[in-house]
Amino acid sequence: MSMELRILAAPREQQALLDLPWDMPLEQWPEWYLVALPRGISRHVVRFTRLGGNVYALKEIVKPYADREYQMLRDLARLDVPAVQAVGVVSGREAPGGESLDSVLVTRHLQFSLPYRALFARMMRRDTVDRLIDALVVLIARLHLTGFYWGDCSLSNTLFRRDAGAFAAYLVDAETGELHNGLSDGQRAHDLDTARTNIAGEMMDLLAAGQLDESVDPIGVSDQVVERYEALWTELTEWEAFDVNERWRIARRVDRLNELGFDVDELDIVTDIGGRTIRVQPKVVDPGHHSRRLLRLTGIDAQENQARRLLNDLDTYAAVTEQQGEDEEIVANAWVMDSYEPVLRAIPRDLRGKLEGPEIFHEVLEHRWYLSENLGRDIGLEEAARDYADTVLRHKPDELAILGGTSAEADTTQPFRITWSDLQ
Amino acid sequence: MATVTFDKATRIYPGTDKPAVDALDLAIEDGEFLVLVGPSGCGKSTSLRMLAGLEEVDGGAIRIGDRDVTHMPPKDRDIAMVFQNYALYPHMTVADNMGFALKIAGVSKDEIRRRVGDAAKLLDLAEYLDRKPKALSGGQRQRVAMGRAIVREPQVFLMDEPLSNLDAKLRVSTRTQIASLQRRLGITTVYVTHDQVEAMTMGDRVAVLNAGLLQQVDSPLGLYDKPSNVFVAGFIGSPAMNIATFDVKDGRATLGNADVAIPASISSKVAAEGSDTVVLGFRPESLLPASAEETGGIPVLVDVVEELGSDAYVYGRPAGPAAEEQADRLRSDQIIARVEPRNAPQKGEKINFTVRPGSEHFFSVKTGERLEP
Ligand SMILES: Nc1ncnc2c1ncn2[C@@H]1O[C@H](COP(=O)(O)OP(=O)(O)OP(=O)(O)O)[C@@H](O)[C@H]1O
Ligand SMILES: Nc1ncnc2c1ncn2[C@@H]1O[C@H](COP(=O)(O)OP(=O)(O)OP(=O)(O)O)[C@@H](O)[C@H]1O
Ligand SMILES: [Mg+2]
Ligand SMILES: [Mg+2]
Repeated sequence: MSMELRILAAPREQQALLDLPWDMPLEQWPEWYLVALPRGISRHVVRFTRLGGNVYALKEIVKPYADREYQMLRDLARLDVPAVQAVGVVSGREAPGGESLDSVLVTRHLQFSLPYRALFARMMRRDTVDRLIDALVVLIARLHLTGFYWGDCSLSNTLFRRDAGAFAAYLVDAETGELHNGLSDGQRAHDLDTARTNIAGEMMDLLAAGQLDESVDPIGVSDQVVERYEALWTELTEWEAFDVNERWRIARRVDRLNELGFDVDELDIVTDIGGRTIRVQPKVVDPGHHSRRLLRLTGIDAQENQARRLLNDLDTYAAVTEQQGEDEEIVANAWVMDSYEPVLRAIPRDLRGKLEGPEIFHEVLEHRWYLSENLGRDIGLEEAARDYADTVLRHKPDELAILGGTSAEADTTQPFRITWSDLQ
Repeated sequence: MATVTFDKATRIYPGTDKPAVDALDLAIEDGEFLVLVGPSGCGKSTSLRMLAGLEEVDGGAIRIGDRDVTHMPPKDRDIAMVFQNYALYPHMTVADNMGFALKIAGVSKDEIRRRVGDAAKLLDLAEYLDRKPKALSGGQRQRVAMGRAIVREPQVFLMDEPLSNLDAKLRVSTRTQIASLQRRLGITTVYVTHDQVEAMTMGDRVAVLNAGLLQQVDSPLGLYDKPSNVFVAGFIGSPAMNIATFDVKDGRATLGNADVAIPASISSKVAAEGSDTVVLGFRPESLLPASAEETGGIPVLVDVVEELGSDAYVYGRPAGPAAEEQADRLRSDQIIARVEPRNAPQKGEKINFTVRPGSEHFFSVKTGERLEP
């Protein structure tokens, strides 16, 4: 029985996808179709390919699972959850000999993203591990708030992007995920239990590979995931009771949540019969407080911590230029013209693809602080930017080398020889 | 090791009023391999998750051994969900891959070594304990993954469609492996699948669910030989049972020219419920080719012949003078019969079938329940 190749995707991408050798198992695709980028551990065969200037991730998987994960990723995108973007499903594949091949789930390669193995390839220090864990915890809490049960939370199923010295985490593998209206305590607990086991396993593996500082205790780190999650979840959802006279505590709760990167759109406030105590619970909480504010004010799309950093600089700018009373948007516009854009322009074009714009700006701010300290005088932003490009950014290729696995572990980390600009 | 008891366990999802699982009563024995089977949406995953602690229980109770676990967090239940994730870590030895989760749980080194050793023996992995996963075959790697669950020595294993992401061939071989392993381990196991063939080949007993309601629990043979209602009769068996509504008169069940003698007890049970029809079921192997002259036969036009080597199946439709009425009263769109592969008919041929006396299944038209002669 002859089957028909079916490509479920937007028309433009359908066209591009048509040119790939679908009658061959992914594992046998000739190298010229592939882009060697680092990936995490996976059961399925995953490869990257470049089409029309974009890089795509291809995962070979049985059709019902491909369809399901495709739908799940589309739903997550609709809910604004940080996850890889589903492009399509290719099914009905058949080898020339007639045997049928599994479907392929196609996703957009998440730009600037790093699998944790690549981050760990150079010995990782304790505080970097902490920041990685924090990013993952925020992601899990975000997913749980939207009613998503992950089922297989691990470092391998997460991608990390640099975020102003910290990390932002993205979901990459939704195969076991389920969307519900809300999660039961049991579902949340089980998700965390899986996360805990997986993360400990992944850390122990790094330790065995000699890629983890001896001071890092895999079990301690995995316990930390649970503790931090519980603390964050409490802050996000718990009822808090206090005396009517302490109403300022409502504002403080909101501030704390903003600080954690969440916006409170609605609060549930209940006064008891006697009217002496008030109970408050955040009802609708949206993550991305700072990045949404930055986007609204400036049109710059940045991660949460990058946005926080840029907004701080914007505040400083307002103070220094004595525009504090001015309309926020006007000041923001002036800041983009006077600070943000000149910094990016000061970076030579061939270096701009190495990091995202907001990340470069953040690093330049750090660099300026460091230079000014050293020289004992205030350095201008543009001067700092030029110095940063020459002394720091230009040398980042070294860091790229860490992304290359050795050929001895070809099935765990693909050999990787590509510069960031190739990805643009 | 322990028994598992669902005691009128009910789950009503928020925003719905029909229970997804409705007062489930099920007693699973110590060491038993119980399969939950049913069509999509019947509530089998929900039942399993209630046992796992992932889904809240809105009514009734769930017990593991003597412990009431109805409201206990998942990790305190002493259960293991198998195959949810079986990542193997490339730099760790097979032994460490199997035992690391115990380390997290704070189990002592000696105890871990003992459990890993025991599991490895059981899985034929003893000589590979010091190797890395890369040096193993695909099948061996899969056994290491199973080892991860086994060393936890849980009271109950839970598996929800664990084979659904394997291709057909691997699925069949892994099926047998899991079943034989479970028997050697003797750990109580609850296994969910929508595939009744999988259910029948793996389970000590099979529980059939439909629309949130338990239909029947029995051994595979019991379900096959004595389905307790029309749903189970139609669901269990591959190819499926032929089921149609017959008229009951003078000790015979007739449908057009098809005519089957029925026991007096069935006639009186039908009469007792104030009815003059009965649902009659017969499995493909109960149909016998008859000569064209024989009366009471069911003429069938052959659409497809499926040759399986030892057997052949005829898929056809009623073709006699009363074909239209027969097709209307048939629960499926076709009649299926097993025939001798050596004299299998051709597509387009017309054959007369009679039902082997005594092999019929009778069900009440009113309730769908089985009528025992
Ligand atoms: N869109 C993407 N962008 C960047 N990297 C990706 C993308 N999709 C997959 N990858 C990489 O490929 C790896 C494997 O993908 P994925 O986790 O989906 O496979 P899997 O076989 O389902 O894994 P598992 O064994 O956890 O079930 C990921 O860890 C990630 O590093
Ligand atoms: N979180 C939920 N909220 C509301 N309804 C749900 C939820 N999960 C399942 N249901 C409904 O409950 C019923 C039973 O679902 P369940 O997943 O247990 O079925 P299943 O037998 O496992 O089906 P499948 O074979 O498709 O997995 C279905 O009608 C389903 O739509
Ligand atoms: Mg994965
Ligand atoms: Mg299910």
